[in-house]
Amino acid sequence: MAIDFDKALGLHAQALELRAERTRVLAANLANESTPGYQARDIDFAASLQQALADESSGGLSLSTGAAETLYRVPNHRSQDGNTVELGVEQAAFSQNVSDFQTSLTFFNMKLRGLKQAIEG
Amino acid sequence: MSFRNIAQIAGSAMNAQAVRLNTVASNLANANTAAGSEADAYRARKPVFAAVAERNGLAGEQIAGASVRVLDVVQSTEPVRKVHEPDNPLANEEGVVFYPNVNPVAEMTDMMAASRAFETNVEVMSRVKSMQQSLLRMGEE
Repeated sequence: MAIDFDKALGLHAQALELRAERTRVLAANLANESTPGYQARDIDFAASLQQALADESSGGLSLSTGAAETLYRVPNHRSQDGNTVELGVEQAAFSQNVSDFQTSLTFFNMKLRGLKQAIEG
Repeated sequence: MSFRNIAQIAGSAMNAQAVRLNTVASNLANANTAAGSEADAYRARKPVFAAVAERNGLAGEQIAGASVRVLDVVQSTEPVRKVHEPDNPLANEEGVVFYPNVNPVAEMTDMMAASRAFETNVEVMSRVKSMQQSLLRMGEE
């Protein structure tokens, strides 16, 4: 019986890709913290992962990095210059996202270790 | 993977905040520089930031993420302070000298905001670096 790597690694590969993408979106929010009129964006992680998995099961293109849809964040307070970046919110989201990335990576590594054990016997 | 774009984005923000700190330093340093006429008086400088959408690869497809660009550094249009100082060597025939329209308290708060934003982006860089390093160690342990 052959080992199908894509199947064995499960959704963790897609999750990692999405986490990296989200890191970039959040980094852009933090970078534009003082740009007038900039509107903060974020990725709906659950919806994007569902989309990625649906694409894969239908045999379509998986891991298309540009596919993750970004939505605009609704700010808690309005600011005078139209900027919707709230530093505390973005920092919290960024740091949570980094932890989630490390978690996904840990799961990924565990899967790889399991595969290695299965190969070596 | 998209880590190189993140470094570019955070780097552009650090550059923009450095420009902002530069103008703050210049404003504070010249807060008490008198001038003999209204036209010669120093005026507070402020950078104007704009978001620039990042593009990816040769195809130039637009990606989610925007770096910061300093569009221009503009001078404040607030009126300059007129002070009656007849013994000042720069005073005009009415004994008036012109002081800059710099508000030191506003400049100090701007300085704190700029340095905080700078530190945020340094933190982004270091977090991304640790993510990248753990990705490189994938499957080793």
